[in-house]
Amino acid sequence: MINTVSRLLAALLVTTFLAACTGGESNVEIGNREGILHFGNGSEPQGLDPHVVTGVPENKIVRSLFEGLAVKNPWTLEPEPGVAESWDISEDGRVYTFYLNPEAKWSNGEPVTAGDYVWSWNRALHPAMGNQYAYMLFPVVNAQAFASKQIEDFSQVGVKALDERTLQVTLNEATPYFLQLMDHYSTFAVHPETILKHGKMTDRYTKWTRVGNMVNNGPFNLKEWKLNRRIVVEKSDTYWDRDKVRLNGVVYYPTENIVSEERMFRVGQLHTTGTVPLDKIPVYQAMENTPYVQSPYLGTYYYLINTNREPLTDVRVRRALSLAIDRVKLNDTVLQKSNFPAYSITPPGTMGYQPPKLFDYDPELARSLLADAGYPDGEGWPEVELVYNTSEGHRKIAVALQQMWKDVLNIKITIANQEWKVYLDSVDTMNFDIARRGWIGDYVDPNNFLDLFITDGGNNNTGFANPRYDDLILNLAPQADTQEERFRLFYEAETLLMEQMPILPIYTYTNKKLKHPSVRDMPSNLMDSLNLKYVWLDADWDKGAEK
Amino acid sequence: MWRFIGIRLLQAIPVILVVITVTFFLVRVAPGGPFSAEKAVLPEVKAALEAQYRLDLPLFQQYVAYLGDLAQGEFGPSFKYPGRSVNELIGAGLPVTAELGLYALLVAVVIGGIAGVIAALKPNTAQDYIPMTAAMIGICMPSFLLGPLLVLVFGIYLDWLPVSGWGDIPGDKILPAITLGSAYAAYIARLSRAGMLEVMSQDYIRTARAKGLPEWQVVVKHGLRGGLIPVVAFLGPAFAGLLAGSFVVETIFQIPGLGRFYVQAAFNRDYTMILGTTVFLSTLIVLFNLLSDILAAWMNPRLRAQFGEN
Repeated sequence: MINTVSRLLAALLVTTFLAACTGGESNVEIGNREGILHFGNGSEPQGLDPHVVTGVPENKIVRSLFEGLAVKNPWTLEPEPGVAESWDISEDGRVYTFYLNPEAKWSNGEPVTAGDYVWSWNRALHPAMGNQYAYMLFPVVNAQAFASKQIEDFSQVGVKALDERTLQVTLNEATPYFLQLMDHYSTFAVHPETILKHGKMTDRYTKWTRVGNMVNNGPFNLKEWKLNRRIVVEKSDTYWDRDKVRLNGVVYYPTENIVSEERMFRVGQLHTTGTVPLDKIPVYQAMENTPYVQSPYLGTYYYLINTNREPLTDVRVRRALSLAIDRVKLNDTVLQKSNFPAYSITPPGTMGYQPPKLFDYDPELARSLLADAGYPDGEGWPEVELVYNTSEGHRKIAVALQQMWKDVLNIKITIANQEWKVYLDSVDTMNFDIARRGWIGDYVDPNNFLDLFITDGGNNNTGFANPRYDDLILNLAPQADTQEERFRLFYEAETLLMEQMPILPIYTYTNKKLKHPSVRDMPSNLMDSLNLKYVWLDADWDKGAEK
Repeated sequence: MWRFIGIRLLQAIPVILVVITVTFFLVRVAPGGPFSAEKAVLPEVKAALEAQYRLDLPLFQQYVAYLGDLAQGEFGPSFKYPGRSVNELIGAGLPVTAELGLYALLVAVVIGGIAGVIAALKPNTAQDYIPMTAAMIGICMPSFLLGPLLVLVFGIYLDWLPVSGWGDIPGDKILPAITLGSAYAAYIARLSRAGMLEVMSQDYIRTARAKGLPEWQVVVKHGLRGGLIPVVAFLGPAFAGLLAGSFVVETIFQIPGLGRFYVQAAFNRDYTMILGTTVFLSTLIVLFNLLSDILAAWMNPRLRAQFGEN
C-alpha cells in the first residue's frame, strides 16, 4: 500500500515538473507590455513610514509613494517642483517660503496643506519618535533643540503655515543644500488623520502603512505587500503630475542574495538589479550591448585610524601607511576597475568642488617616514590590527593592503573580520587600531563629508581634533558669502585633514547595476536618486535588431 | 498511552523554559544592539527608541515582562520591522517554510525510501552500492552547493524552471524542494536500507516466502512495515530540522520563509524576533519528537502492547 502511495506521489511530482516546463513569457516581457517595472530592491524594507525607516531599499519605495516639497531632477539633481509649485528664498538665504501646488493631493483626495507639513515635521523631530534621520531638519531654527528636549514647545521651531498653501521655514543660517533635503524622506509630510487613526503621533508601531490603510501623496499607491516576497505599487490617479507618470506599476523584490538576483536578471525575472556581484563584473564589461551600468556614486570607502593608539598617534606612521597603498593597482586588480582611487574624503566633483590631492603612491617616502618615526625597515613595529565587517569584498581589499604594507614597509598588520553589529560596536567605542568605513552622502555637498571629522563628532571615530578645522566647518564656511569662498574654506579644511591623515581614503564608490535595454529614462546620477515618475518601458526595444 | 503523552508534554515545559532563559540572556551578551547603526544616532533618539521597546528597564524586569507576554501568547513587536509583531512575522513565514519542508520531506521519503529498499534487497551488489554511494554524496553535498548547481543546470542552461521565487511562477517550488530534500533523502536511504536488511532476515519473512508469496508482496506487505520504523522515527525530527534549517535554501531561492527571518533577526539583533523564533521552533521540535515517538509506538506491535497494558 505504501508503495502505491509513493508511486502516486512520484507521478504527481513528475506531472508538476512537466507542467512547469511549458515555458512562457518572462516577467520582463509581460512587464514591458503592461508597463510594470520589475525592480531588484536589495532587501525587505523595515517599513514604509518616512519618519521611521533608514535604508536604501526603503528610500526607493518610500519615494515612489510620497513626494517632498522639492524633488531632485534625476538628470541634473537640481531641485524641481514637488508638492511645492514654487518657492522664494530670502536675501540672506535664511527664510524659505514654499507655495504648495493646489493640485497636490493625498491619495484619499484631500489637498496636501502647509499645516500637514508643520504637523509632520513636529512628528519627524519629536524626541519620542526615535527618528534616526531627524538631523536632516536641523538647519531649521530650534529643530535640534526640540529634538534633544532642550525646548518642548514646537511653535518655537522655525516652520510656520502662513495659510493653507504657504509654508515658511526659517533656518539658522544660509544652507545652500537645504532644498535638496526636501527630497529626503525624513522631511516628507504624512497624513495626520491617518496616523492618528492607527495610534499616537509618535508611535513607531502602528498599522498605518499597511495596504488599504496608507494615505500618501506620491506618484504611486501601495497595492500589495507580501513580506519578503514583493511590494507592488500602482499608478496613483490623485497625484498632481499623473499625466507625466508612464509606468502603470512597479514590483519591488527583496533580493538580498545578490548572486540570486543576478540569476533572476539573466532569466528575465527583473528589469534592474540593485548591484552586481564583483566576480561577474568583468564578464558583463566584456559583453557587447552590455546591460551593465557603472556610474560615479557619492560615497567614499576608507579606513579609520585610531589616533589615540600607539604607534598610530604619530602622523608620520599614518602617512607612511597611506603612501604605501597603491590605490590604482588595487582598483585595477582586486576591484576589477569598478571604482575610482580616492585621495581625500570628499568625492571629486561634489557640486563642482574638487578636493585636494596631497599625495600619491610613494614607497620611498613611505619608508623614510616610517624610519623617522622610529621603525626603520619595520624594525620594532608593534602589533596593529585592521578590522572590517564580514564581507568577501572587504576581505579582499584588507588582504591586498596587508600585503602592500608588508612589501613596502616590511611591517605586519593583522586583519580580523567582525560580524556587522560587533563591528559597529567596535567603531562606536573606538575599540580598534584601524577599521574599515564607508560614507554615502545624504545630500550633494562637501559639508556632508567634512563635518564627519569635527571634534567629538558622532561619526568621527578617529580621535582627530583640530580647532582650526572645527572653526572652518562650523563657523566660517556657513558664513561664506559665495559658493567659491565656501569651497575655498572647505578646501583648506580638507587639506588640514589629509595632512593629519586620521583616515586612509581608498576608493570613491560607483553605482553598479544591471539594467534591461527596455528601461528608459532612468538615468544614473551621483546620488543614485531614482524618480520613477519619468521612467518608462519600451516594449519595442529590440525592433529591427532581431525580428 | 495518554499518560505517556501527558508525561512527555510536562517534561517539555522545563526544557522550553530553559531555552527561553538561555536565549534571552545570551542575545543580550552579544555586542551591538538592535538600534546601533552605521550613522551615529543622537543620544535622545536612542533613548526614545529604547523606551519604546522597554529596553530602558533593568534586564531582569525585561525578562519577567517578556515571560508575562509569552504567557499570553505574545512574542512582542519586532525591533527591525516597526509596525510588525513577531507573531505576525512568524505567521507570514511559517506556512511557506512548512510547505517547503513538506515537499522536501516528500522528495526525501520517496527517493530515499525507494533507494534504500532497492539497496537492501540485494546487499553488497551493484544494486546496493550505486544508490548508497549516491546517498553518501547526497549527505556530503551541502545545499549551498547543490542549490546553485541545480539552478545553473535547470534554471539557466536548460531554462526549464524558475531560478527563484515561491508561488509566483509555475514550477518555482520544484528546485528548492529537491535541494532541501536531497540531504534528507540520503539519510532516509541509509536508514531504510538498514531497517530493511534487518527485517528481511527475520523468521516471519521466511514464513511469508515459504507460503509462496511473490517477492514483491513479501517486501511490500511484510517487509516495509517493520523496515521503515527507523525512517518514521526519523521523520519527526527531520521535519522539525527542515523547518529550522531551511534558511540556506530560502536564501538561495529568495523564499519568504521563516528561516530567512530567523537568520536576519540574529544579524539585526532583533531581540524579540530571535527569541520568538527560537521559542517557537524549539517547541515545534519537542512536539515533533513526541509525535514521531507516538507513531513509532503505533507501528511497533510490541511497544503498542506495552501501552495497552498501562
